Amino acid sequence: MEVFSEYILCFILFCIGLYCVLRRRNIIKIVIGLGIIEYAVNLFFVLVGYKEHGRAPILAKGQVVSPMVDPIPQALVLTSIVIGLAITALIVAIAVRIFEKYGTFDITKIRRLKG
Amino acid sequence: MKNPEKGMTVIVKTITRLTVGLILLYGIYIVLHGHVSPGGGFAGGVIIALSFIHLMLAFGKEVALKKLSLAAASILESLGAIMFLTIALLGFIGGYFFLNFFPHKGEPFELFSAGIIPICNIAICLKVGAGLFAIFAVLILFRGKDENGSL
Amino acid sequence: MILPFFVVIPLGAAFLISIFGKRIKNFGDILANLGTLSLLAVSLYSIKLVSVHKILVYKIGGWVPPIGICLVLDGLTSFMLVTVSLVSFLVSIYSINYMERYTDKHRFYTLFMLMLAGMNGIIVTGDLFNLFVFLEIASIASYALVAFGTEAEELEASFKYAIMGSVASSFILLGIALLYSFTSTLNMADISRVLSAKPPGMLVNFIAVMFLAGFGLKAALVPFHAWLPDAHPSAPASISAMLSGILIKTLGVYALVRVLFNILGITQGYLTVLMFLGALSLIVAVILALSQWDLKRLLAYHSISQIGYVVLGIGLGTPLGILGGLFHLFNHSVFKSLLFLNSGAIDYAAGTRDLKETGGLAKIMPVTYKTNLVASMSIAGIPPFNGFFSKLIIIIACIEKGHIGYGICAVIGSILTLASFMKVQKYAFGGELKERFRNIKEVPVMMRLSMLILAAICVLGGFMLLPHLKPFLQSAVDVLLSGNGYKDAVFGALK
Repeated sequence: MEVFSEYILCFILFCIGLYCVLRRRNIIKIVIGLGIIEYAVNLFFVLVGYKEHGRAPILAKGQVVSPMVDPIPQALVLTSIVIGLAITALIVAIAVRIFEKYGTFDITKIRRLKG
Repeated sequence: MKNPEKGMTVIVKTITRLTVGLILLYGIYIVLHGHVSPGGGFAGGVIIALSFIHLMLAFGKEVALKKLSLAAASILESLGAIMFLTIALLGFIGGYFFLNFFPHKGEPFELFSAGIIPICNIAICLKVGAGLFAIFAVLILFRGKDENGSL
Repeated sequence: MILPFFVVIPLGAAFLISIFGKRIKNFGDILANLGTLSLLAVSLYSIKLVSVHKILVYKIGGWVPPIGICLVLDGLTSFMLVTVSLVSFLVSIYSINYMERYTDKHRFYTLFMLMLAGMNGIIVTGDLFNLFVFLEIASIASYALVAFGTEAEELEASFKYAIMGSVASSFILLGIALLYSFTSTLNMADISRVLSAKPPGMLVNFIAVMFLAGFGLKAALVPFHAWLPDAHPSAPASISAMLSGILIKTLGVYALVRVLFNILGITQGYLTVLMFLGALSLIVAVILALSQWDLKRLLAYHSISQIGYVVLGIGLGTPLGILGGLFHLFNHSVFKSLLFLNSGAIDYAAGTRDLKETGGLAKIMPVTYKTNLVASMSIAGIPPFNGFFSKLIIIIACIEKGHIGYGICAVIGSILTLASFMKVQKYAFGGELKERFRNIKEVPVMMRLSMLILAAICVLGGFMLLPHLKPFLQSAVDVLLSGNGYKDAVFGALK
């Protein structure tokens, strides 16, 4: 069995991000954890398209055609990065307003909704 | 660009004056060559937004907002989206939604080729650039309400 | 054809309202309502198209799938489109008066139309990554809409919802990445074709668990339900009706069954898991709902419970079970939206949502009282309202397949639902009229109109099982039952 070291690295990165979201108490650290989760998934998606001895999938004028890596995951990851940017912007804006209303960034003190 | 108390130090302001125009030009280059080399609408839009944000970081928010006010950014953003939708709807001329309806597609690897793709890139660049600048300006403005003056 | 218009009309309306909404007065109202009305008309026309052609495929840009993206219109699609368009039209009529209390009404309409565009996109698309992009559009719009009032509690609820929703979307993206690495294509019919050719292994089960976790969180099944009781009460009432009424069904249940039944191929293991999660949601949520005093939080817990009914019905896998599940999906959209719009009316008139403080509103708000009575009887399953028929079909299908335990769970859930809603009726409308409520009036005419139309659909909903109107549901059931036959239908329509 081959050692899929790059996929295991992505999985470790995903778990680190998930740990951040679950166990940190500061709101900004939770947002950073979410960012790490998104990085891990995007990296995994790009690595899926790797081919042995492939080059970057760009064709210029007068270049000899040789094996390339898969370009579809790169286009999909571009879309996913844009979506991640929009979500991060929205969550940071909400976090700034939460700080204004509650006065703290500690998530254990922001618990008015219960039950 | 004459207020020495706001913004950053003189060194940063001098370098900014030299490089902001180059960053903007580079962003436009990446957008227009999106169908020939890597990049395209989103990456170019981010770089163009970065040039305005660079201006805001170095000189303070009044200077940057005089160049591109928030209302103008909001209109540009929606205009970009409507341009994109119009291009997609014009594909109905050829029979399908989003069809590449230009008759002459040009030579590959030239600047004027590939039908509607460069125009779509420009629309996306408008939307992303204006949107990113508006997000940054609103977040900065919001914090600026508590402390009067500089960032 | 008409398929791209389901996405183009809301998107165009959203951005036009964003530019002109502030300058021209009432522009947002007129354009949004025109947009949703035209969507309703087009979706009713799509039922006729499906009954004639059985399945329609639209190639975007003329590119043939699997190279290009295609839009697919089959029975399940038209069923969901009618549900979404109906509820969104009535909610947008209601919002004309209700959103006057909030600032920035044109931004509300922009986000509302964006959410609608995302939901329509999920329903009509035939490509897996396209589904993910539209899912994100709808989710982000709903995160912003939950925080619309920007009070402290709404921001907290929106933050919680946004973080949990983003983690779920990452799970879905991970599942899509794994599926792409296994089949090297993204078109739904093509993935199904490749998966039925290769031998199934452990990877497909892992992918199914990823999708179950991701879409299950969007649908608020029980281990993943913790965001819903905070997010749905905090939104404005019209958005609560949209979220509970159609968003959790489109993003959660529709996407889940489309992926599990038509793409991955359903096996008995997946069906057992779906049934178990459905029954668990039923019981846990309805017990938690009994102790709530906030009206909208109680309704939010009941949303979780009724989605449990839908998932239980679909998880049975028999024709009668799937018919019951999909019929209950349509009914729940109608009566849950009506219940949330009623709570919004009480909030608009009396200024409070706490059941301990209201009382005796029956005489001064007759329309709200009567429509609330109709909706409560529907959700509790009292004949002859529509909730009774769908719950009866699910219970009969459970017993027919031999799962007596799940049938008893469904009956117990129904009884406890009835108990909660008798409590709502007593505390909100019965009893003495408090002093400070003596001067409140009935809500404005647009809100009354939408509530009356929804109540009429509740009463007449049982007629959908008549042989004339049954093809509407039956075509949706046939699509799910055919399972892997989806790919043959799509490739057949492409030639």
